[in-house]
Amino acid sequence: MREREMDSDEEQLWVPFKSRPEWSDVIPVEQDDGPNPVVPIAYKEQFTETMNYFRAVFKADERSPRALQLTTEAIGLNSGNYTIWHYRRLILETLKADLQNELDFTDQIAQINSKNYQLWHHRRWVAEILGTNATSSELEFTKKILLGDAKNYHAWSHRQWVLKELGGWENELDYCQELLEEDVFNNSAWNQRYFVITRSPLLGGLTAMRESEVSYTLKAIVAHPENESSWRYLRGLYKNDNWSWANDPQVASVCLKVLSANNDCIFALSTLLDLIRHGFQASEELRDAVDAIRNSNLVEAESDLTKTICSLLEKLDPIRVNYWKWRKSILCEGAK
Amino acid sequence: MGELAAEKHVQFILSVEKKKDSLEAVAMEHLRMNGAYWGLTTLDLLGKIQVLALFNKIDVLDVDKVASYKQIKSKRNKKILLNLIFNSDVAALQNKDGSFSGDMWGEIDTRFSYIAILCLALLHRLNKINVEKAVNYITHLNFDLPMPTAVFCCVGALAITGSLHHIDKDLLGWWLCERQVNSGDILIKSKAKPGGLNGRPEKLPDVCYSWWVLSSLVMIDRVHWIDKEKLVKFILDCQDIENGGISDRPDDAVDVYHTYFGVAGLSLLEYPGMKALDPAYALPVDVVNRIILGK
Repeated sequence: MREREMDSDEEQLWVPFKSRPEWSDVIPVEQDDGPNPVVPIAYKEQFTETMNYFRAVFKADERSPRALQLTTEAIGLNSGNYTIWHYRRLILETLKADLQNELDFTDQIAQINSKNYQLWHHRRWVAEILGTNATSSELEFTKKILLGDAKNYHAWSHRQWVLKELGGWENELDYCQELLEEDVFNNSAWNQRYFVITRSPLLGGLTAMRESEVSYTLKAIVAHPENESSWRYLRGLYKNDNWSWANDPQVASVCLKVLSANNDCIFALSTLLDLIRHGFQASEELRDAVDAIRNSNLVEAESDLTKTICSLLEKLDPIRVNYWKWRKSILCEGAK
Repeated sequence: MGELAAEKHVQFILSVEKKKDSLEAVAMEHLRMNGAYWGLTTLDLLGKIQVLALFNKIDVLDVDKVASYKQIKSKRNKKILLNLIFNSDVAALQNKDGSFSGDMWGEIDTRFSYIAILCLALLHRLNKINVEKAVNYITHLNFDLPMPTAVFCCVGALAITGSLHHIDKDLLGWWLCERQVNSGDILIKSKAKPGGLNGRPEKLPDVCYSWWVLSSLVMIDRVHWIDKEKLVKFILDCQDIENGGISDRPDDAVDVYHTYFGVAGLSLLEYPGMKALDPAYALPVDVVNRIILGK
């Protein structure tokens, strides 16, 4: 609705370029679609006129304050046009303009559509030039966007770029914590948390962070065993270290805990399957827990635990039945 | 389960074409070319591209040129396309590391790798770039933000260049088939229906992933790992049976983007009565055969 309101406001206030004295020296250039236009577009008058004047200044390569103002208007009418943004940057460079204004400008465009690629590309260009002066503004800007749309891909991508290139890691883990406290199912926040613990120069990397992260994640899993994100995060903490994965008693015991209490948890069963695949020896307790679930789901007993888990997953996760059948079939191949 | 309201979707696409001066049309101005692609491909998959002529759309679409999409072998049209491509010089946008920039300003993204490789392949000009480096760039990426759209671009680029052997298909297939949402908190909270594909864990299913995820699964030959019937049902449930069009989720507003992705998904799922779609080129198979194989 915001877009609609802005449109009507602008229409009321809009003065045609041909009626603006400061533009009287410019001859507008009409769009050239060739003799047989493939898809002529019924543009609105304001759009047509603005673009005609844009073509004129672009052709003359005029890099002036009024040309800058023209790109503001033209981008306002069509924020997806690469050429206008590109030309705007040329003008900004020539005029050595104050790039702080660009932060406000992109902020306004983001309020209309925060998923516009050009806006983010422009923002990055500005931040690259401003350097570390832009760190806090960029972290605040993305935070603001994420407040309205916690999973906005562009905002996360920009934020990761800022952290990598300009820094500002100090409070990032706390920020992830905040987002997860708000919504523990927010996969983007888990993803960012992983980015921080693996990339932040202030932390010691994955291996150093593992212990505390595992304990944090296990709590999240026990609280919500149905949360795919926390299980995936847990697996990620053992990336490239399958030995530790299979031999960390905490992982097996969270599986046991969840399976004993929550019974039909697909993620716990698939995690257990993965552990065994990497050399974990299941305890009697775990075997009993799986057996109890097997009984309550009326699944036939198999010759070994991994096959039983596959059979259970076929039943409990029926949309992926073929995947689990395949997993079972490669177990058989391995046994031969 | 309802059936595909093909005729209604055709009407819907034609009506979108008519509403050129509406507010939405102006707001979506920058998606104009995409809209043409979505609309035309959908019509072709439904076997209805000829309605453009029947509907007397000559004032809007030059039927000859629309046909050029089907008769790309004709000399004149080929020349137009080649000029287009050499003027923008896609090949020159390849960087030293094998990646591609979107334009002279240098934003680098895997979507540009895919687009560059796709259009050079369509023009028989892949020899203008260093394919090995392009492939190497893709296979050595570090994904800080895994997304099915990026997966599609990478898998598609590898498929077109005959490089799918670089992919651990079982591992990627697992991640992709996990995107089918069956039950769980996200569905309970949103009252969304099962069977659809989502983009990331704990996100709602969306018809557009019936393209991004599904095409990738088809390309790496793991589509049998998901429940195709449930996905078909999810897509059909997203139709506006009365006025045509497909939305992101059941009962949402329809648009031409999701109409294309829904129809494309159904084609990949071999829904009866539809033309086959090439998952890597994102074009009907007969069109790809004509362009690539000269058939």
